Amino acid sequence: MTVLETASIADQPRYDCRDAYVETLAQLAEADHRIVGVVNDSVGSSKLNSFRKAFPDRLINVGIAEQDMVGVASGLANGGRIPFVSAASCFLTGRALEQIKADVAYSKTNVKLCGMSPGVAYGELGPTHHSIEDIAWLRAIAGLTIIVPADPIETAAALRWAAASEGPVFIRVSRMSVPKVYADDYSFVLGKAITVREGGDVTVISNGTVLWRALAAAERLAAEGISARVLSMPTVRPLDVDAVVAAARETAGIVTAEEAVSGGGLGGAVAETVVQRHPARVSILGIPEFAPTGSAGYLLDRYGLSPEGIADAARKLVRTGS
Amino acid sequence: MSLTAEHTTMPVRARLPVHSSRAEQVAWIAEAAKQIRIQDLKLVHHAGAGHIGGDFSAIDILATLYGAVLDISPARVDDPERDRFILSKGHVAGALYTTLAAFGFLPVEELATFLKPLSALNGHPNRNKVAGVEANTGPLGHGLPVAVGHALSAKLDVSLRRTYVLVGDGELQEGSNWEAMMAASQYQLDRLTVIVDRNRLQQGATTKETNDLDPLPEKAAAFGFAVVEVNGHDHGELLDVLSAVPFRPGKPTFVIAHTHKGHPISFMSNNVAWHHRVPDAAEYQQALEELQ
Repeated sequence: MTVLETASIADQPRYDCRDAYVETLAQLAEADHRIVGVVNDSVGSSKLNSFRKAFPDRLINVGIAEQDMVGVASGLANGGRIPFVSAASCFLTGRALEQIKADVAYSKTNVKLCGMSPGVAYGELGPTHHSIEDIAWLRAIAGLTIIVPADPIETAAALRWAAASEGPVFIRVSRMSVPKVYADDYSFVLGKAITVREGGDVTVISNGTVLWRALAAAERLAAEGISARVLSMPTVRPLDVDAVVAAARETAGIVTAEEAVSGGGLGGAVAETVVQRHPARVSILGIPEFAPTGSAGYLLDRYGLSPEGIADAARKLVRTGS
Repeated sequence: MSLTAEHTTMPVRARLPVHSSRAEQVAWIAEAAKQIRIQDLKLVHHAGAGHIGGDFSAIDILATLYGAVLDISPARVDDPERDRFILSKGHVAGALYTTLAAFGFLPVEELATFLKPLSALNGHPNRNKVAGVEANTGPLGHGLPVAVGHALSAKLDVSLRRTYVLVGDGELQEGSNWEAMMAASQYQLDRLTVIVDRNRLQQGATTKETNDLDPLPEKAAAFGFAVVEVNGHDHGELLDVLSAVPFRPGKPTFVIAHTHKGHPISFMSNNVAWHHRVPDAAEYQQALEELQ
């Protein structure tokens, strides 16, 4: 059983994925001396204090210097280490974008980039601290695997996969509390969508902190007699093209829902695929502007990324398609 | 004469015996540098592109490093314990390729493919395509942070391997270098050596006119480096300095190599026009004669 069976996903206990992140990183580091952490003063915000205590020499803190941080990680990889770079996603991807392109992706160095607290996690801190652009920026860079885990189980599984595979990887690690979507036996498979709920009327494709909201939306739709398929798409690059084409072919349309800018991310990837492979209607839910002040939860609701907002987008596709 | 034949004339140089005298080493490096310059001139002339001014600025440093300083050989490009050299000023890839070819890392005839379609010899070096290249560089301000990572990996391994990085002086205007220098100092990376190709010219003007770096020695010292200044075209000085690092235990080394863009060609030397100008037929002949 990959997916947890619950009466209602919204009622389940919530978890901070950073806890799974640091626990898994410590386990990996215990088993493999090559693993090191690289941070930009972000020890606390990455919850890496316990890691630093356990492996004092292997937590490299370059200070508030993101370009240097990613370059240093590239050099460490050349020396045979497996660096896990851990920094707020807005600064990791924004300030060090060229280092990610040249020193990591183009150089094919074995660097694992962990974008902490992405999306609108830092709600009230405003758009400078929101990392809604990260997926769109990175998706344009060849050779970079992009993973957006939905819960602590998937976060841990993606980290284990990244440590065991050779090459550059970006993983989003959320601080927004989420319920578990996956059962403990879940194992991450690169580039494969997971059908977390079967359905034939309409498809919702989601990942990250929004996936459980998509499931909650499907519960509402089921109560109205609408059967919504929910696809979890943890790997934005490479995308599971076959799963997207099947959804386009078999259902009335696709809603994409993600904690990211509403263009260039998961929604963009799905739309590009559909247009080229099997034209279908796609409704892209995301954050289309610099957000106003508000908590992360408020902002997700505001931009239609609540269960009701996602259900509403799906209803429109079903009604206008029939 | 065919292009390929032009590029197969450079003798590949084996390493000098370890007990060679200093005088023998210096003469040997000087001859290598001369051969590399001649080859680089042909490379740029025939490709119709390149950065010959910056190439000629850096070649004496490269010849000294590969000829007598770096513990590395064509048979050991993947040895984890090799010394590392990173060319941060990646636009002088032509100088690096000809140096690698001169010391047997790269077939000399492959130089004929420089900048040609599908060549491994891109205008900026790629570590996955060219044996001996440690980092993909080109955008400025990348090499020094990567070198800090190399040096840190050596320190974590309790290894004696050394890391050298060659940066352009104009390149030091990129802030990432200063981030990296702070980290190098903080981690006491005394087996890291930064060499600045201090030719005082950037693409279109002097560094002084653009964003002045001086007082560079004082700045580097203030960032925690042991600072040394050398004549970057004097093989003896370069050999002595680059072999003797670290100068201060616990401190990374900062070697300011005073150079001239286009050295030693009369009409190129210290002339800002030669950043990426390509010699025409007459200039090519004259430069060739001056080198020989």
